[in-house]
Amino acid sequence: MNLSVKANELRKDVIQLIYDAKGGHIGGDLSVMDILVTLYYEQMNVDPAKMDDPNRDRFILSKGHSVESLYTILADKGFFPKEDLDTYSQFGSKYIGHPNNKINGIEMNSGSLGHGLPVAIGMALAGKMDNASYRTYVVMGDGELAEGSVWEGAMAASHFKLDNLCAVIDRNRLQISGSTEDVMAHEDLKKRWEAFNWYVLDIDGNDTEALSAAFEEAKELKGRPTMILANTTKGCGVSFIENRANWHHKVPTDAELAGALKELDQKILKGGR
Amino acid sequence: MNKIPNRQVICDVLMEQASENKDIVVACSDSRGSASLALFADAFPKQFVEVGIAEQNLVSISAGLASCGKRVFAASPACFLSSRSLEQAKVDVAYSNTNVTLIGISGGVSYGALGMTHHSAQDIAAMSSLPNMRVYLPSDRLQTKHLMEALCKDNKPAYVRVGRNPVEDVYEEGNVPFEMDRATVLSEGNDVAIIACGEMVHPAKEAGRLLEEKGIHATVLDMYCVKPIDKAAVVKAATNAKVVITVEEHTYIGGLGTMVDQIVCSECPKKVINLGLPDSPVITGKSQEVFDYYGLNGEGIAKKAEELLSK
Repeated sequence: MNLSVKANELRKDVIQLIYDAKGGHIGGDLSVMDILVTLYYEQMNVDPAKMDDPNRDRFILSKGHSVESLYTILADKGFFPKEDLDTYSQFGSKYIGHPNNKINGIEMNSGSLGHGLPVAIGMALAGKMDNASYRTYVVMGDGELAEGSVWEGAMAASHFKLDNLCAVIDRNRLQISGSTEDVMAHEDLKKRWEAFNWYVLDIDGNDTEALSAAFEEAKELKGRPTMILANTTKGCGVSFIENRANWHHKVPTDAELAGALKELDQKILKGGR
Repeated sequence: MNKIPNRQVICDVLMEQASENKDIVVACSDSRGSASLALFADAFPKQFVEVGIAEQNLVSISAGLASCGKRVFAASPACFLSSRSLEQAKVDVAYSNTNVTLIGISGGVSYGALGMTHHSAQDIAAMSSLPNMRVYLPSDRLQTKHLMEALCKDNKPAYVRVGRNPVEDVYEEGNVPFEMDRATVLSEGNDVAIIACGEMVHPAKEAGRLLEEKGIHATVLDMYCVKPIDKAAVVKAATNAKVVITVEEHTYIGGLGTMVDQIVCSECPKKVINLGLPDSPVITGKSQEVFDYYGLNGEGIAKKAEELLSK
């Protein structure tokens, strides 16, 4: 499977979903898509029919506001019928604006930032206790790193030597108020995570081949957790959304919807990013 | 005077259960000593997780463990567990519905002179307000044992608060009436209903005895299950009494008293007085000194009942 093409197809679904529901965190959805696609279509052992398999890989979307990306993937993979997403954000729907573990395929509720990493540590620790082979993945945002609980987790994951844990930071450098570096600077993230004794890979997070290689490398590592600093473009795939903080949770107009889908179709036709 | 604190009994039960059930995991935040769980940590190192002084980590990691099949008991001082990690309790335990029992140790004013940072006079209100979170305050070591055995067998979120020091037995060995989520009726009388939880049950029982000596008949309820509260028991006790008194080691705002008020107001309106701690930092002192100062002892409760009945 061409993962970049799949990511762009799903980007179209996300934009349509947000347009239809008139709400959603579009910028972060588009930046994180290649990470999620690489995990769900290549790396992770998760099967819609076997979500009670104790050896399934565990996934937590700690930047829960990018749930629309996760929904389109889970629907595409058959975790639930695609039509279910027609109810997204509608009265009484379980498809809310953040991950909800009443939905098949979603392990834990998230949405309040800074929770995902410590929860993933608990999952990885349980795997160690049981000598289980599953891996635990958690995807965080970069704005999220200002939460103190992230660093409690950073400390514990290396203390427990969780080499079955792989964290990813969707480093798109924008948050709702503007540049992450203006709001609360994170440089140098590589040094920060290395100081906590993580193995850090600094890669292009919209390059599915680079992501695949990084996830594979993390699997081989022993004795330490891996942090993938996935340098991404917020709004990736649509020129007029890219790198614009005001698209954090903006809803496209009719013209913007058409323009976005057209751009993505062109990329899909070309077979890549 | 009994010499065994409730927290010690929690460790005993967990050790007993952990030897049979390898999924039982105890997690601490540098709190194994204060929680009396050091013995557990030594005996079951593979079923024990230490996270350091990091309550947020404690609760989230516990939730992650539980989501992978572990039956987790996370113990930390009630003051920190119910405030520093309240959001983790809300999101990762209650909302995600993970199989975690949070054990708030040294609850209420147990830490005495250490001051407000170390008091948890707000934990019932905080934890009870979370949908899907149950709240238990066992009254003595014997009831604590029954409660912990019941919790080991279930799989829903819960918060248990116990104090630091040994407390007088409310029950007798071999004679501990216990039904999960049902109040225990310690006495029945139709003058006053006294409804208490945790360490306040013993003085409530003592008040009942003092009142009986004066010919005043009291119903005394041990409402260890603050949430889900035993509504039927409250209605029955209040209906049969002229006045109702609630007693708790907690601010009078948002705790057991408030819950009883709501039930009595809607089901069988009559006068209810809520005894508890004030809406301010409590006076410096050992638990008993603090209780005595605020009238939270047998005599204080009995006096309040007499006052109310004489009006």
